[in-house]
Amino acid sequence: MSVNVHPRVDFAVIASLVEPGSRVLDVGCGDGELLELLQSTKDVDGRGVELSQKGVNESVARGLSVIQGDADSDLKYYPDGGFDYVILSQTLQATRNPKNVLTELLRIGEKAIVSFPNFGHWRVRASLAVNGRMPVTKDLPYSWYDTPNIHFCTINDFVDMTKEVGAVVESAVALNALGERLGFNMPWGFWNLFGQQAVFLLKR
Amino acid sequence: MEPGCREQLDFARTATIPTRDHALNCADMTKISRPTAKKAQQSQEATNPHSPVVDFGAGKPLHLDSGVSLSPFRIAYQSYGELNADKSNAILVCHALTGDQHVANVHPVTGKPGWWELLIGPGKPIDTDRYFVLCSNVLGGCLGSTGPASINPETGKAYALDLPIITIADMVRAQAMLIEHLGIKQLFAVIGGSMGGMQVLEWASSHSDKVFAAVAIATGARHSSQNIAFHEVGRQAVMADPDWKEGRYLEAGTVPRKGLSVARMAAHITYLSETALHNKFGRNLQDRQKLTFGFDADFQIESYLRHQGTTFVERFDPNSYLYMTRAMDYFDLAAEHGGRLADAFAGSKTRFCIVSFTSDWLFPTGESRTVAHALNAAGASVSFVEIESDRGHDSFLLDEPEMFSTITGFIRSAARARGLLPS
Repeated sequence: MSVNVHPRVDFAVIASLVEPGSRVLDVGCGDGELLELLQSTKDVDGRGVELSQKGVNESVARGLSVIQGDADSDLKYYPDGGFDYVILSQTLQATRNPKNVLTELLRIGEKAIVSFPNFGHWRVRASLAVNGRMPVTKDLPYSWYDTPNIHFCTINDFVDMTKEVGAVVESAVALNALGERLGFNMPWGFWNLFGQQAVFLLKR
Repeated sequence: MEPGCREQLDFARTATIPTRDHALNCADMTKISRPTAKKAQQSQEATNPHSPVVDFGAGKPLHLDSGVSLSPFRIAYQSYGELNADKSNAILVCHALTGDQHVANVHPVTGKPGWWELLIGPGKPIDTDRYFVLCSNVLGGCLGSTGPASINPETGKAYALDLPIITIADMVRAQAMLIEHLGIKQLFAVIGGSMGGMQVLEWASSHSDKVFAAVAIATGARHSSQNIAFHEVGRQAVMADPDWKEGRYLEAGTVPRKGLSVARMAAHITYLSETALHNKFGRNLQDRQKLTFGFDADFQIESYLRHQGTTFVERFDPNSYLYMTRAMDYFDLAAEHGGRLADAFAGSKTRFCIVSFTSDWLFPTGESRTVAHALNAAGASVSFVEIESDRGHDSFLLDEPEMFSTITGFIRSAARARGLLPS
């Protein structure tokens, strides 16, 4: 279900937010790359859910506990507080009901880590302003009619939604197009313009 | 093998007392090719099998779900590879409805290779150079474990329908007694497909602490109404055969061939898929250029099914078929836990791998998904893979590379966690 292209610069940031030895559920885990990273560097008890059968089969062949499932419909089968962290990396924008998914993440996990591409990035804005067409960039390579990304948002939009679902932003990181962290003390508006993607650590 | 229990052991027919390495001997001994298998040989296997057996005497009754205590009873099994010093490398294979313990050796009746030799053997996904692989004939079966063709000690005749009804849980209880007898405290893994997968789920549910890892393939936590319906057709076919003799055919010297054969033909259709049938047979005619305007097997599919039916009769006991199908019909793991399947796995530390196939309409993916969701809800560790295949339910017995890579990855990761492989 993960739709971003490689290299996944958000993985290192996500890993830095996870406490060693914790229980982790990766929703939209793709081929299991992040889970494997977390298991080897953070010794987590990791589980995954992935929509694409290919991703599931590759993950399981790697020895990961991954099941085929859909973030929109299958999170309800997980118990409350079953995990320390529930991770949704580069998947939120591909869900049918992002707000509901975020609510479910915070029900299942003590904390949720969400990474997503920022549609407020200046390149996206410039692309739309100059070309007058839906932006197709190196990092968002799909045309409007075949994109799995049906619910793009900006960093500001996401911050608004966290308030709506009653989540607390414990920390947030914005990465520029080179995968470098933007200055921590900058206002949301700055991140929203220069952050190519963002990683949020949320708690209930 | 516990020395104190040896007197209970009887390597039937050869009267050899099994030793630590009997598994290899036994595998060798069963490599006897018998191309002219006959019904008589099959019934001999029921009472005097080409497998080591363990007899559980009066002191060790089996308490069945039906409320009856079965005693004495016998379990016949095959094993491959060597049990390690701390007995932590044992993998139990649970066989399907018409399978048996000859999982990775030449079958003593049919002379065919073991039914899961693609998966199990030296260097295979389940590597017998590394693991001690065990497969027992299920209780109620007809290849040496106590079943309807076994002699009832009270009458000196075959049990026939006097054998109490056997359930999946009863089969698993008997296997657990065998494992205990072999001194194995925890199985590294339990693996099986179809009815074997039901046993895997039952093991993980009722003997959770004895199962480190569980692989359930092409199965479900209950038998569906449609599946019960097909089984009922099969049973009625057996019982409608005049040669069935109310189950007493062994004494009458008859064999309800037609009934069992029809049962097998109907069941066999459910193991395949429409695509597989179409690709293999289409509407092709059998050894003829045109229709005969009669009821001979004009079509290849008819001829194929008839062949499946008649060969099955040579290796399977008709009453055993009744008991096996009934065991599957009665299986409903959620019902045993107040209707909540997740409760069947509450607190489970077992690592699960669930596998289904896209074209399996006997145990469709939805059945596996239900199990996976229940395991999620129970907080268990679960992998769930649906494999693209057009070969139907029987895919689990066939060369399915994606299934093998899944099982290889899962077993390797479990072995690392269990300390059987370096991490």
